[in-house]
Amino acid sequence: MIRFLIERLFQAAVVLIVVALLAFVMFRFAGDPVAQMVSLDTTAEDRAALREAMGLNNSLPVQFGQFVLRAVQGDFGLSYQMGQPVATLLAERLPASIELSLVAFGIALIVGIPMGVYSGLYPESWLSRAFLILSLAGISLPTFFIGIMLILIFGVELNLFPTFGRGETVDLGWWTTGLLTGSGWHSIILPACTLGLFQMTFIMRLVRAEILDVMRTDYIKFARARGIAKGRINYGHALKNTLVPVLTIAGLQLGSIIAFGIVTESVFQWPGIGLLFIQAISTVDIPVMSTYLLLVALIFVSINLIVDLLYLLVDPRLRVRSR
Amino acid sequence: MSLLAIKNLTVEYPSRKSTFTAVRDVTLSVERGEILGLVGESGAGKSTIGTAVMGLLDAPGRVAGGEILIDGQDARSIANLRGARVSMIFQDPLTSLNPLYTVAQQLTETIRTHRRMTRAEAHDEAVSLLDQVGIADAETRITQYPHQFSGGMRQRVVIALALCSQPDLIIADEPTTALDVSVQAQILDLIRDLAVSRGVGVILVTHDMGVIAQTADRVAVMYHGALVEEGKTAQIIHDPQHPYTQSLLAAVPRGERKLDRFPSLTYQPDGAPAPQEMTLTDDWLRSKGKDENQGTGPLVQVRGLGMRFLTRNAILPKNRSYIDAVKDLNFDINRGEVLGLVGESGSGKSTVARMIAGIHAPDTGSITFDGQDMAKIASSHERQALRRQIQMIFQDPYSSLNPRMRVRDIVAEPIHHNRLSETASETSRIVGDLLEVVGLGAAAGAKFPHEFSGGQRQRISIARALATRPRFLICDEPTSALDVSIQAQILNLLKDLRDALDLTILFISHDLPVVRQMCDRVAVMRNGQLCELAETEALFEAPRDPYTRELISLMPSL
Amino acid sequence: MNPERSPNLIMRLLDSDAGYKFRSSPVTVVAGLVFVLMIGAALLAPVIAPFDPFDKGSIDLMNSLLPPAWNSGGDPAFLLGTDNQGRDLFSTILYGTRTSVFVGAVSVSLAVVAGLFLGLLAGYFGGLVDAIIMRIVDIQMTFPAIMVALLIDGVTRSFLSRDQHDELAVFVIILAMALSIWPQVARTVRASAMVEKSREYVMAAQVIGRGPWLIMARHILPNVMGPVLVIATINLGVAILGEATLSFLGLGIPAGEPSLGTLIRIGNDFIFSGERWMLIYPGLTLALLVLSVNLLGDWLRDVLDPKSR
Repeated sequence: MIRFLIERLFQAAVVLIVVALLAFVMFRFAGDPVAQMVSLDTTAEDRAALREAMGLNNSLPVQFGQFVLRAVQGDFGLSYQMGQPVATLLAERLPASIELSLVAFGIALIVGIPMGVYSGLYPESWLSRAFLILSLAGISLPTFFIGIMLILIFGVELNLFPTFGRGETVDLGWWTTGLLTGSGWHSIILPACTLGLFQMTFIMRLVRAEILDVMRTDYIKFARARGIAKGRINYGHALKNTLVPVLTIAGLQLGSIIAFGIVTESVFQWPGIGLLFIQAISTVDIPVMSTYLLLVALIFVSINLIVDLLYLLVDPRLRVRSR
Repeated sequence: MSLLAIKNLTVEYPSRKSTFTAVRDVTLSVERGEILGLVGESGAGKSTIGTAVMGLLDAPGRVAGGEILIDGQDARSIANLRGARVSMIFQDPLTSLNPLYTVAQQLTETIRTHRRMTRAEAHDEAVSLLDQVGIADAETRITQYPHQFSGGMRQRVVIALALCSQPDLIIADEPTTALDVSVQAQILDLIRDLAVSRGVGVILVTHDMGVIAQTADRVAVMYHGALVEEGKTAQIIHDPQHPYTQSLLAAVPRGERKLDRFPSLTYQPDGAPAPQEMTLTDDWLRSKGKDENQGTGPLVQVRGLGMRFLTRNAILPKNRSYIDAVKDLNFDINRGEVLGLVGESGSGKSTVARMIAGIHAPDTGSITFDGQDMAKIASSHERQALRRQIQMIFQDPYSSLNPRMRVRDIVAEPIHHNRLSETASETSRIVGDLLEVVGLGAAAGAKFPHEFSGGQRQRISIARALATRPRFLICDEPTSALDVSIQAQILNLLKDLRDALDLTILFISHDLPVVRQMCDRVAVMRNGQLCELAETEALFEAPRDPYTRELISLMPSL
Repeated sequence: MNPERSPNLIMRLLDSDAGYKFRSSPVTVVAGLVFVLMIGAALLAPVIAPFDPFDKGSIDLMNSLLPPAWNSGGDPAFLLGTDNQGRDLFSTILYGTRTSVFVGAVSVSLAVVAGLFLGLLAGYFGGLVDAIIMRIVDIQMTFPAIMVALLIDGVTRSFLSRDQHDELAVFVIILAMALSIWPQVARTVRASAMVEKSREYVMAAQVIGRGPWLIMARHILPNVMGPVLVIATINLGVAILGEATLSFLGLGIPAGEPSLGTLIRIGNDFIFSGERWMLIYPGLTLALLVLSVNLLGDWLRDVLDPKSR
């Protein structure tokens, strides 16, 4: 178990270092960092001094070391576009993104799992077939198109929901939340549905496939032969065995929520880090891009670690073997 | 009134183009405390009867006619039929237990489904059941998960689970097929005891006549979905009436004496031609390659052979742990003899075969073929010339042929690789001849493997092995996946080939009666080491090693 | 070979299990027809399209924002109406589908070639080769396709000037999509290759003396193509969606060239002012295309996946 953990931590560290290296290369070599920070009438001497002060004349490994050291302390430099510290920019926008992701993921789980369980247990029923076709539509329709259509129908035509922004927010000091106001909830519904739809269909299909697999195993047949009640078999034996793979993949799906969050935020002008990233790409705002990269890598790596740990908790075979 | 009465049962599997009748008009009965052996070869419909009684037929199977009565009552109308009245034991103990629940959870759940008991009472009952099925230290072991039990122990847990509900009838579907002989005997004894002491009726579904002879009170023989004969076990075994039963019994290899050939009493109900016997029309097979060294002394010498597998990896070498699959093995294989290599699963016998065949490189020791140390041949040309003379026949006919290749390409591959033929037409003539030799006919070459039955595939496998004109053939459990009647044909073919082509054979098997029929000398392996090596007759009549003695005493006999 | 049993190839195909599953599912048949129709129309765009959206001469700004032909104010020359630059929407959709299909097909082909090669290596040799390849796959698979594509786009943007980037945009997208898809192919191939490797026919080839490369090419490769076909089909949908998403975000195909994503992006600007045809028709085209690809992928999986048999 310790070995397993160390292996995973090592892998996580490798990922972070590779991403940091990428971020550093972008930061250091894409364009001239000094040119971005000075005005046209800065003298050559001043530029040279700035170069020296920024450590750009040190050897590359040293520069990379300094880059990592600064990053650990939360110093990612200034945004070229907005002139503010990147860390502040991200911190301001992170709560919006996290709230959107969690609400979307919640919708996906609450709707997707029951749909998947039902269509796995009764694969022949017409409702299951309907679910399956619906889910195909769900993975075939691009997220941005779903978002636009929701805006068109519920925002423009029916005028039921706002089409952009977060609504009113409450500042808790360290966190600004939209989940404490009516207009906040009102605003989050459309983007969360947009973001959650793909995840929902994905989770539904996954749960369905796993249940179908488990129902074919000998131990389920044996449980039926022993006369164990159908409900016990379906919701005890089958569901518990489905949980392991579903948990893993659902956890990893959080990563894709971040990715599609970018698209959703862009469609709904949701003031999160995804929107910031898109703007940064189109304006080639390299510090923001590289910091976003690092942040996302950190989030992914942490999610993966948590999923691995949960995996250990659920499956006794792994637990015992690794003891 | 019989405990179970099956009357004119017909089970059908409708498919797109036709309806397959798995069970046709079968009438059977089982009494309390009686073990009915239901025997037949694959596709006979014996397992289908069991699942039909349980009401667990897989879609689209359906009962198309007849009745299943339990104590005179229609089984389909009994509400708590499964578990309470009828229970089932499956073939593979590794997959029949839910891996995420402890044994205690699975037992108490089943007990409480069928009996009014508190959790504590159910737990006590569960412990006592485990104890009854012969699991030592039941109190502790009950808290463990299935993966912490060995195969035989798991099958005991499965039996305990089947007993939880105090059923009147147990259907045991090939309960010992996945187990080693020594464990098999114990499980069969257990089933026997339970039938007597608890007065439970048992249907023992099996393909193994030895198991039937050892365990059943009565036997019902099935062939292609129909019941061909039924009677007391002794009567069926010693005085079978139906020609199919006669051919089936004749094909069962006898452990107690050696025969020259298996009687080829092949049952063909609809007058179909019997499979051809071998005809050596061509002398290509007999002609020798010019690179063959006609020396004297043993053909194969194995010295100090060892191989170990990593069981726990670690960065530091000292923390790694290994298991010796094969350890310090020494033996010779003489020219022209058939050497049997016998052992239970995990004894390392297949690993030995693979090392000699050149698939795995040994970690220690040497293998000398015809006077040349195989590891010390530098030139790849010479190594290939040597390897050409060693060919192998595999266990599983369903996986040993590439499903995407035509049979003629499969058989031609070794010819191409060793450049044994000059032209394409010569190759195709040789391939045709080889297919004739193994009794399939040259026309078989145009087909794909999936168009053939298990026995026919094994013939293709043999044709491929012969295509390099080998001197030495390794047969790794060549018939263990086949029905007995097919097994007899394949073994006869191997005997004929050996006589005709002067082959030396290493014959690996866990089946002692087969080994006695096939081999000149026998080597017994256990845990990677050699226990005993002797002339076949000496070994079977007077085994010296205690392990050999145990194996021979457990040998099922009719 | 057998004239009684097989009148011709098409009849035989239709009569096979795969053909039966195809015939007996109306949804799959429709998907197949739609797919063939759309691919055909996309390939033949220069022939079918009434206008050439790249030909600046044929575009008249006076014709901009015309509604579809059947609406009042529509011009029968422009079946689905025109966009804000006066381009015929039907023609631009045809050309846009062509771009989308091209990007999807090329990136999936690249991914399949890379994934097959590395997956076979990992599955056949195991050990260190396997560990290294699979670690890379693992790491890359935690980053979703869109994310990888965005990052590559971002990185190339930061190294190239805008004009250079526009010129290379198609290749950047293809590279990005291929990079994000190959790990899935590699993983599938590796898993299948490991199963095939443990089968005795591979051992038989080893006993014959065949070397690893020949065994991989002649024995294992043909037997892993089934799952690869399934994963490739599904990822064709993913790649088309990915291209559209990037283009929609303004990070993919430059706005001047039609792709379904850029068309929807333009249409999105007119969402509040009522010219919805510019949004709806490209969107429906994209959805229909990907849906038909996914339905065909499901059918293939049904036919080829041994588990579902």
